[in-house]
Amino acid sequence: MTALDRIPRGARGVAILGIVVGLVGLELALPPLQVQAAAVPVVLGLGAAACAIWALTRDERKLGLWTLFVAIVATAFAIWVQGKSDTSTSLVVNSGLFAATLVYATPLAYAALGGIFCERSGVVNIGLEGMMLTGAFFGIWGTVWGGSWVIGVAVAMVAGAVVALVHAVFAIHLRADQIVTGTAINFLAVGVTGYAFIDIYGSNGTPASIDSVPNVHLPAVESIPGIGGVFGSLNLMIWIVFGLLILTQVILFRTPIGLRIRSVGEHPRAADTVGIPVYRIRYICVILSGVLAALGGAYLSVGFVGSFGQNMTAGRGFIALAAVIFGKWRPYGAFGACLLFGFASGLADRLQSVAGVSPNLLNTLPYVLTLIALVGLVGRSRPPAADGQPYVKG
Amino acid sequence: MSERVTAWLRAKAPAVLLPVGTTVLAFAIGGLVVAATGHNPIDAYKAIFNGTGLNYLLPWTSSEDKDFAALNLQQTLILTAPLMLTALAVALPFKCGMFNIGGQGQYVVGIVAAIVVGSHGASLSTPVHLTLSVTAAALAGAVWGGIAGAMKAAVGAHEVISTIMLNWIAIYGAQYLFELNGPLQGPLPDVPQSAEVTDSSKLPAVWGVLQPLHAGIFLALAALVVYAILINRTVFGYEVRAVGHSADAARYGGIPVARSYMATLAIGGAFAGLAGACDVLGWEFHIVTNDIAVSQVGFIGIAVALLGRNSAIGIAFAALLFGGLQVGTSSRALDPSVFPPQLAGNLAVIIQGLIILFIGAQLLLVYAWRARRRGEAEPPPTTLVEPISA
Repeated sequence: MTALDRIPRGARGVAILGIVVGLVGLELALPPLQVQAAAVPVVLGLGAAACAIWALTRDERKLGLWTLFVAIVATAFAIWVQGKSDTSTSLVVNSGLFAATLVYATPLAYAALGGIFCERSGVVNIGLEGMMLTGAFFGIWGTVWGGSWVIGVAVAMVAGAVVALVHAVFAIHLRADQIVTGTAINFLAVGVTGYAFIDIYGSNGTPASIDSVPNVHLPAVESIPGIGGVFGSLNLMIWIVFGLLILTQVILFRTPIGLRIRSVGEHPRAADTVGIPVYRIRYICVILSGVLAALGGAYLSVGFVGSFGQNMTAGRGFIALAAVIFGKWRPYGAFGACLLFGFASGLADRLQSVAGVSPNLLNTLPYVLTLIALVGLVGRSRPPAADGQPYVKG
Repeated sequence: MSERVTAWLRAKAPAVLLPVGTTVLAFAIGGLVVAATGHNPIDAYKAIFNGTGLNYLLPWTSSEDKDFAALNLQQTLILTAPLMLTALAVALPFKCGMFNIGGQGQYVVGIVAAIVVGSHGASLSTPVHLTLSVTAAALAGAVWGGIAGAMKAAVGAHEVISTIMLNWIAIYGAQYLFELNGPLQGPLPDVPQSAEVTDSSKLPAVWGVLQPLHAGIFLALAALVVYAILINRTVFGYEVRAVGHSADAARYGGIPVARSYMATLAIGGAFAGLAGACDVLGWEFHIVTNDIAVSQVGFIGIAVALLGRNSAIGIAFAALLFGGLQVGTSSRALDPSVFPPQLAGNLAVIIQGLIILFIGAQLLLVYAWRARRRGEAEPPPTTLVEPISA
């Protein structure tokens, strides 16, 4: 298969073209270009809408609806931005916003990748939040104890694995209800990290200066206008999550191991019949989900904030869960959802500091979108067939 | 006669022994944590127990101690009432084979509705205004639960996921409403909190003076009775239980399954909304924006329902346990020289988590107990609700 063959053709290609055209219309209205003629986004938006209708009438219903959505939202947003003064727009929309998007998306993406492994193998994991929180605390604790962020991240991974092992033993071997166990994990993580935090650090909090995960400076990239501001000096753990994303996609969909994981999640009986060790694969996937979620938490504490506070993940594990569902249990899809949710957080931050707009309303976005995805207005989300079902060996 | 008593005991033993055993085990592990961090667990638990105010009921408590104990017991009962209600919000859908994690969100929308109605209409008479405020809270909770029910009935969207999403929409939405410059911010310009509810919509005090126990506890007890009757003595309850046992069989038998899903989640949401009314009309009287995300009433309700095994009596005792644990570990009731309240608060969360964890695998214990007698081997899966994908 050559690269050329993989370019989508027909109605699908037209729909994607429409999305690109709609986004170009928006890009032109934003800094640094800031084209002020309303005709530009309108014309491009109409073009995008035409592509959407073309796709919709040729049986590309799902993608076509998305194109229509992008055409309307992008055009409306572009026209709204044109009405604003140059300076206030460029304060909100600049390369810093996209860098912030990545910063907010990264902890979500780690946990979401973990959630995908876990649920693809047929174990529901609503304990992602607790596993993240565990990683956040032990990341800091390990960094203080070992004097290096490398040790901190390693300790976080081990702690996440231990918490996930509890979930695995109860969910797989004891066949406890996975949702109850996940809820218990969330409670335990809050209690254990909170108790240890107070007991070890008292009311002073974690030490002020700790060794944190370094940023990767790319002088060659930094000098490129626009892109340089986003990718020139990203945290190392952001680059790692890009790698893990591709790795997850390849493992799940291009390797025999991935096929086994998916078969265990779709039809464990059939997998067992052909000799796939259902329990072992589920154990590995659940523990992997704990390690990945803990990495997300460690990024938050050791990579980004530099300290730990009680219950500091504040629901990010649930946003990651939402991203898994919104992305239809696929790595790229879930990552796209994380970027979208991260963008919403970054935008909320900026709108608050520049325009005094409250972030609370924008913070509901991930959850509202996921509800819409669940109902199936823009392509119904369907979990793996055996997700949440304990397996009894025959 | 004695044979009947033994048979009854044997039948009922798991229902009582297992929750009690689970609780003892969780407290024992919590005690190990306390001991491992250099505190005396027996002293700590004794101080926490005295902090709950339950020592008021002990005959050997001196009359001076009783005054202080009464204050704590009033607070314990104030917190017990909403926990009973949020536990019912979990228990009723459980009977229908669903897991409602949305009690927290339903509780929050109940608070919002109670404040909106309770802070207006000061000219109304107390019975009318109070009834309106409480009803508004229940309705709001019912709508919030009903959304998840409707999504499940219409397209099969799993209620665990939809209720988690609805929780956070309610939390952020309520923060938006009451924040600085928010649409429902109270009269104080620089304080991010709601308006006060008027005197005409406050639940009457029944015991104590400083922060008296209010009538919400009777509302909660009444709800427990309604729940017990609804589940055990009505056609609706029969249908709900039939759907809970097997949705397919119930559908085949002509029971409207979709309606049962929607109705149980809506009624469950109404219970959680009532919990919000209890707190805001009973003793808080307004809500501070920062407290919305901190509140755990709905989540602890999950633990209460699980420990109470979804029975009305079990929920009453479990709610008292967790309500007491919350007050007993709070900084106002716990003697910091014995055990620091900050640690104790987290210890309470650990104990709650352990109880949920053990209850999740509890049916297994029942089975092992019986299997040992019958010599059977493999335990069945203990899925309490239908799997996500079904």
